[in-house]
Amino acid sequence: MKEYINTGNKDTRSGFGAGLAELGRTNPKVVALTADLKGSLKMDEFAAEHPERYFECGIAEANMIGMAAGLAIDGYIPFAGTFANFASARVYDQIRQSVCYSRTNVKIAASHAGVTLGEDGATHQTLEDLGMMRMLPEMVVLSPCDYNQTKAATLAAAAYEGPVYLRFGRPAVPNFTPADAPFEIGKAIQLEEGKDLTILATGHLVWEAILATQALEKQGLSVDLFNIATIKPLDEKAILQSAEKTGRVVCAEEHMIAGGLGEAVAGLLARKSRKPAQMRFVAVNDVFGQSGTPAELLKAYGLDADHIVAAATSF
Amino acid sequence: MAKEYTLEQIASQVRRDIVRMVTKASSGHPGGSLSSTDILTWLFFKEMNVTPETWNRAGKNLDQFFLSAGHMTPVYYSVLARRGYFPVEELNTFRRFGTRLQGHPCVEKGLPGVNQAAGSLGQGLSVALGAALGKKLNGDPRRVFCLIGDGESEEGQIWEAALMAAHHQADNLVAITDWNHKQIDGDTEDVAGLGDLSEKWRAFGWETIVAAGHDFKAIEKAFADAREKGGKGKPVMLLFQTEMGHGVDFMAGTHKWHGKNPSPEQCEAAMAQLPETLGDF
Repeated sequence: MKEYINTGNKDTRSGFGAGLAELGRTNPKVVALTADLKGSLKMDEFAAEHPERYFECGIAEANMIGMAAGLAIDGYIPFAGTFANFASARVYDQIRQSVCYSRTNVKIAASHAGVTLGEDGATHQTLEDLGMMRMLPEMVVLSPCDYNQTKAATLAAAAYEGPVYLRFGRPAVPNFTPADAPFEIGKAIQLEEGKDLTILATGHLVWEAILATQALEKQGLSVDLFNIATIKPLDEKAILQSAEKTGRVVCAEEHMIAGGLGEAVAGLLARKSRKPAQMRFVAVNDVFGQSGTPAELLKAYGLDADHIVAAATSF
Repeated sequence: MAKEYTLEQIASQVRRDIVRMVTKASSGHPGGSLSSTDILTWLFFKEMNVTPETWNRAGKNLDQFFLSAGHMTPVYYSVLARRGYFPVEELNTFRRFGTRLQGHPCVEKGLPGVNQAAGSLGQGLSVALGAALGKKLNGDPRRVFCLIGDGESEEGQIWEAALMAAHHQADNLVAITDWNHKQIDGDTEDVAGLGDLSEKWRAFGWETIVAAGHDFKAIEKAFADAREKGGKGKPVMLLFQTEMGHGVDFMAGTHKWHGKNPSPEQCEAAMAQLPETLGDF
């Protein structure tokens, strides 16, 4: 197994902020909007350097999505940022009609996703956004795993023509992907090659999956491990190949089982796999989150490395 | 075309188109279309600087129009076709399978003149605001127009946009309310008391103009006032007092024709009241 070096814990939202700041300097068409969460989304640098391209929208998310669509129509590349729950559930119809159905080049920057938002509790811990966004025609759904990858995904989102939902989070987590790795939309990133089972992880749970794979290796299991940083479009070829090879697939995500990566993979295998595969879901099962530390919550909701190991050894 | 025909003649033809389109399609929304016919006729034939033949969505250095009340497709499509955005014959396809003239406007079918999908109400003004700010950022001196309904103004997002347009000093944004006092379930005052919309918009920091919406002299003056009041730090709201179903006696002044198609006989009766001027599609 490869060595994964954590260059220091960092929050993925800061990766977004760094990507946005870089875009501000390199692409005059990039504009940024936020609904009173500039600091939380780490958009301060962009706002300070390009005040004319930064739009404070107040606590009025629906209008913000519409404004972003209008700016896109005029040729700009807007990043509209707020907490993931307010960037998805609260503005679902605006994203559906004004962004996706209208084919506007809007990037939704969705921070503080999942239970690792922590102490604010369930009102702010969206666990449904990937499902909602996956259902929308035209939408690309990105879920990078660490600071470096979130920065790269931000650059890739700007380069892509069309609506993008970019999901990231609040807590400082290990930063281990190469700083210079370009983000390829739609490509699963293979971390380990193995033959006994497949683990597909996304977002913060990629690091947990690496820890789990190390533990599984000690038990003599070889793992085909992937970082699924693009939820839609799924890398069907890579996932089918791996599932057909191992016949056992664990999906790990900070999301409900319903609508998430696991169901997307299950749907893919049901439709296209030429061999049967067993599946296990490391995800939240039809309950809301609650206040707590990220580590407490990952454990309580069955999302940490230990639970991935348990799922992987339950076939 | 604009030079050959009077605005009244164009509006009469647009009203014929509206009634014939919804009759042919056996569905659609004639009521609000008929109440906003004169406003849109003025807007597209006199007010806006547009190039229908070379229309593109970004619309740089041209005026832009956003229909927020998406159900008003009959009047929207008729005015676009009569202004030269697409062939008038295409009005025959309204609401048919595969048409570019979807029940509510969309972008993906590629109908020239349509900048944005609308239908789920309350969203268009926000989009128009974004486009207006985009024009400022582009150094584009042209204006952005947006038509909303009075019933639509019950949507919270309209007031989010109202607040933020004033905050961002979008003085190149001209919003228009088709104030026909009717919505699907009845009078607006009975359904969701809107009160004095003019006062409300003024309180939100907009310049407001109230005018008669079926009198081209009044419409001309209102838009002249809007030009005068624009560009001075505040967005402008034009509230036109209109009548739902205007121009067809049995449709006028009632909410019952908001979203109902006439029978062929009723269509004939309407045609008798609306002179054919530019030639039926």
